[in-house]
Amino acid sequence: MKSLAQALSVARKDLAIELRTKESINAAGAFAVVILLLFSFAFDPGADATREIGGGLLWLVFAFAGALIFNRGFARELPNDCLDTLLSSAVSGASLLLGKSFANLLMLLAVEFLSLFVFGIFYDVRWWLRPLELAALCVLATWGISVIGAVFGALTVNLRLRELMLPVIIYPLLIPLLIAAIEITNALFSNRPLGSYELLWGRVLLVFDIVFTALAMALAETILVN
Amino acid sequence: MRDKFVVALAVAAGVLLAFNLYRIFLVLPDEALQGAIYRIIFFHVPAAITGMIGYFAALLLSLAYLSFGNFRYDSLAASVVEVSVVFSVVNIVTGSIWARVIWGIWWTWDYRLTSALVCVLIFSGYLMLRRAIDEPTQRARLSAALCVFGCIDVVIVWKSIEWFRTQHPGPVLSIRTGGGRIDPAMEQMLYLNFAAILMIAIALVLIRTRQEATAREIDSLRRIANAA
Repeated sequence: MKSLAQALSVARKDLAIELRTKESINAAGAFAVVILLLFSFAFDPGADATREIGGGLLWLVFAFAGALIFNRGFARELPNDCLDTLLSSAVSGASLLLGKSFANLLMLLAVEFLSLFVFGIFYDVRWWLRPLELAALCVLATWGISVIGAVFGALTVNLRLRELMLPVIIYPLLIPLLIAAIEITNALFSNRPLGSYELLWGRVLLVFDIVFTALAMALAETILVN
Repeated sequence: MRDKFVVALAVAAGVLLAFNLYRIFLVLPDEALQGAIYRIIFFHVPAAITGMIGYFAALLLSLAYLSFGNFRYDSLAASVVEVSVVFSVVNIVTGSIWARVIWGIWWTWDYRLTSALVCVLIFSGYLMLRRAIDEPTQRARLSAALCVFGCIDVVIVWKSIEWFRTQHPGPVLSIRTGGGRIDPAMEQMLYLNFAAILMIAIALVLIRTRQEATAREIDSLRRIANAA
């Protein structure tokens, strides 16, 4: 319980900084819109096929935008030795990673919400037909992305090539999660009922979230020793 | 003593490989449906298994480093991953050559091909991460953490992509099928060549481990010289 309270404090701190500076959200949101615009030149945006591949387009945008948020997650603690102060405080490594993951989750969800609006307008996709299922999917899949982002954001924070290394490492790791999210999103956009195939992918998402959250908590101290 | 062992292992692997090559190209007949190109399986499958064994060994070695903090485990893990990536690339390239002849295409997004490529990308990230960190303790700790994440992810990737799409031929080894999918003489040859390739891999790992240890020693001497 104390760990959760500490994690929420870290998340609150990160979100307060973000609300004041808006550096990650603005960059990630603008980046997501630009990518959605660029996709319209790659194929005919009015075709029915857009609805069928819409899930893939969106989750690629979310994953790309996420990398911008995750790069800043720990990097913003570097000036004034804030990271050293955090590590020597009473907050445990697991709580710190969990808090960063919560903050990543909320920031990425905000970018996803904005992207869905833009996507609906640009590509004539009615994403609001199944709002509850889509919201549950976004939270489940974004949590997995956020945890991986927090772990590898911490792992690469002191590297010379931080901005380059983070995407190279996280995208291959996120492949099962992205496949699952894309398959379910495509079913939702096509307004198909969720059958056993989509539920299988739902279970993949759950397993991914549980396994990597547990692993992140177990290896938190190893990753965060500065 | 260790040098002699590496040389003996490399020589034994070379002799066995030469014997296997003679049998593969001059003794075994062509396969009824595929013709001569089927021979690539004697390199394709052993390279895949060697790579997979290497990743599993790297997981255990990384966990051992995280538990005991001994740099020997880190050097071994790095060497094993490097050699495994090479064998995974051999697996992908030989598979591609076979696919070009049999399917008429170099590549298809089949689950095993995609999974093999994802493995190479994950562990290439591991090798790049090691190059990007100068401080040995930090490098060992962070790359061990990445290795643990990567190995567990590989299992989920493999199952996910299997559910997603399948085009690759099914397993042929009796150990998986109970027999009947491959001629016994060809299967025996497959195991013999696997032994040769595994011996080459072990020799390469031992050579790379020594290079890693030497590089770390030189690095620490350089640090001492800079501090003085």
